[in-house]
Amino acid sequence: MQRHSVMASHVLDPKHAARHATATATATATATAILATAFTAFAFLPGDARAEAAAPANSQFDAELITQLKGMAPGAPLPKEGQFVHVPPTMEDLEEADLHPKLKETIRRGHDLFINTQQLRGKNVFNDMNCASCHMGEGRLPFSSPVWPAAVVLPNFRPKNGHVNTLEERIAGCFTYSMNGEPPAYGSDDMVALAAYHQWLAKGVPVYQPGNTMYGRGFPRLPEPELKPDAVRGQQVYEAKCAICHSADGSGRKQDGNVVFPPLWGDASYNWGAGISRLFTLASFVKHNMPLGQPNTLTDQQSWDLAQYINSQERPQDPRYTGDIAETRALYEETFHKHSLYGVEVDGRVLGDHSNTGEKPFLRPEWVFKPRDFSARRP
Amino acid sequence: MRTKRNKLPYAAALAWLSAVLMPLGGMGAANAGNIEAGKAAAAVCVACHQVDGGGMAPAGAEPWPALAGLDAGYIIKQLNDFKSGARKNVSMQPFAQMLNDQQVTDVAAYYASLPLPAREAPEADRELLAHGEKLALQGDWDRYIVRCVACHGPGNAGVGSDFPRLAGQLPEYLRRQLQAYRDGSRSNDPQDLMGSIARRMSDRDIEAVSLWLGSQPVQK
Repeated sequence: MQRHSVMASHVLDPKHAARHATATATATATATAILATAFTAFAFLPGDARAEAAAPANSQFDAELITQLKGMAPGAPLPKEGQFVHVPPTMEDLEEADLHPKLKETIRRGHDLFINTQQLRGKNVFNDMNCASCHMGEGRLPFSSPVWPAAVVLPNFRPKNGHVNTLEERIAGCFTYSMNGEPPAYGSDDMVALAAYHQWLAKGVPVYQPGNTMYGRGFPRLPEPELKPDAVRGQQVYEAKCAICHSADGSGRKQDGNVVFPPLWGDASYNWGAGISRLFTLASFVKHNMPLGQPNTLTDQQSWDLAQYINSQERPQDPRYTGDIAETRALYEETFHKHSLYGVEVDGRVLGDHSNTGEKPFLRPEWVFKPRDFSARRP
Repeated sequence: MRTKRNKLPYAAALAWLSAVLMPLGGMGAANAGNIEAGKAAAAVCVACHQVDGGGMAPAGAEPWPALAGLDAGYIIKQLNDFKSGARKNVSMQPFAQMLNDQQVTDVAAYYASLPLPAREAPEADRELLAHGEKLALQGDWDRYIVRCVACHGPGNAGVGSDFPRLAGQLPEYLRRQLQAYRDGSRSNDPQDLMGSIARRMSDRDIEAVSLWLGSQPVQK
């Protein structure tokens, strides 16, 4: 697809421009010009211009941008007034970008690791997942936890581990939980490459652009379901919609030893500390990304029910496990597990009450859990 | 926090259903089929699909796809769908009707056992091929065209009975199938998975990806 071309020549190439927009204009006819201005200045328009844009919805974003977003996230909600929209550059854009060839190499390596993280199997990855298993569209798509926000909202305090995290530390979190593994060391070639890829995708976004204004960031929480999420109903949806690829027993599908469809539970799937083991995260992932090629086709209720079913299955232990399931749940209840079924009794068994770490021959990479604190230091 | 549920009746019903439906869907390997008997029954197939199972694309006419090396379960499903009309094709329907259930299974086993004959790569514009390669291996997420390998597996060599091998198939055949999925005249794919993506593809996309896939060697 030809990338949108309203951008002025200050970006890489007008034909292949990463772009972003905030709420800007009122009339579609003038939107393009104003958008280009806003892009150049990275500016919000004054409030009165936005107020005028109340109806029809989304009229403040130019038609071409809306078309592009509909292509990237079919059926997803369109941006609301005041939201920050960023369309990350592609790998084709990288080839044309004015960057040092050695940096391009680094970013390409990061992209390759992101798509095929299984090349780190047994070293950093101990399950069947790739980064791109959850971050669809190479980490670029809205409503699929696009990864560019991490490059601009960090460093920041992160409740999950209670201290200030850098981009590399955030990536390390994915390895520790979602990949049930041990991250590449901070500053290592692979970690630098992955971080560089994230930063490339954020090209042009202001540093510390407020995360809560970002369109399609993370897996945006779905409206509460009409009925209480139910695993039995979820299983029915699973059999009808998911089992063809992920198998009836959730083990995914391989061909000649290569992972084709990732497992959703069991030893080769994400562990109990992964963000997506939270029900609201999985429900949103499912709604906005599954079945593959058919995003936003399940109802909210089906998505919540599926999350309830899938996340009430067993998976490798949370690396934060203390040896006592009740204690571990209590320790991380407020910041995490109140949203998961970890430590909850389902069908007469307490989920996560085991010491199974899957294929990973250890519980946790200790160095990842090193806290950071500046309160005792003086300038 | 405590949730109680009883999923046993569902599990039992499901097990029963799969046991009953599996042979119909061709998903199980319960009946492997007899290759020799399949070869005999395939006498009606060779005029079009060729003795080596490599298929043929006569100029300006309906292409006869390569069957050699396709997954047996996939072939069984297609033959049964031709019989039932779930997949409509006026040429294939009468031939499929000639085969009884056992012959369907045997013919499928026979073709699955054949190696796909080597063929000269189709002539194509380099830029078009590059576009096809991109769609097959990376997809185009700006238009939610999922890459072929995501479902058809490494090398587009196929995954099980649901996602057929594409590598080395006749480009003319692939093109027609994608067009048919796009316009709805073929809809026997599981859960509209192919249709959903085909409907987002342009003529150029279809042309490019068909040519590229057809030019690929079969890796197994």
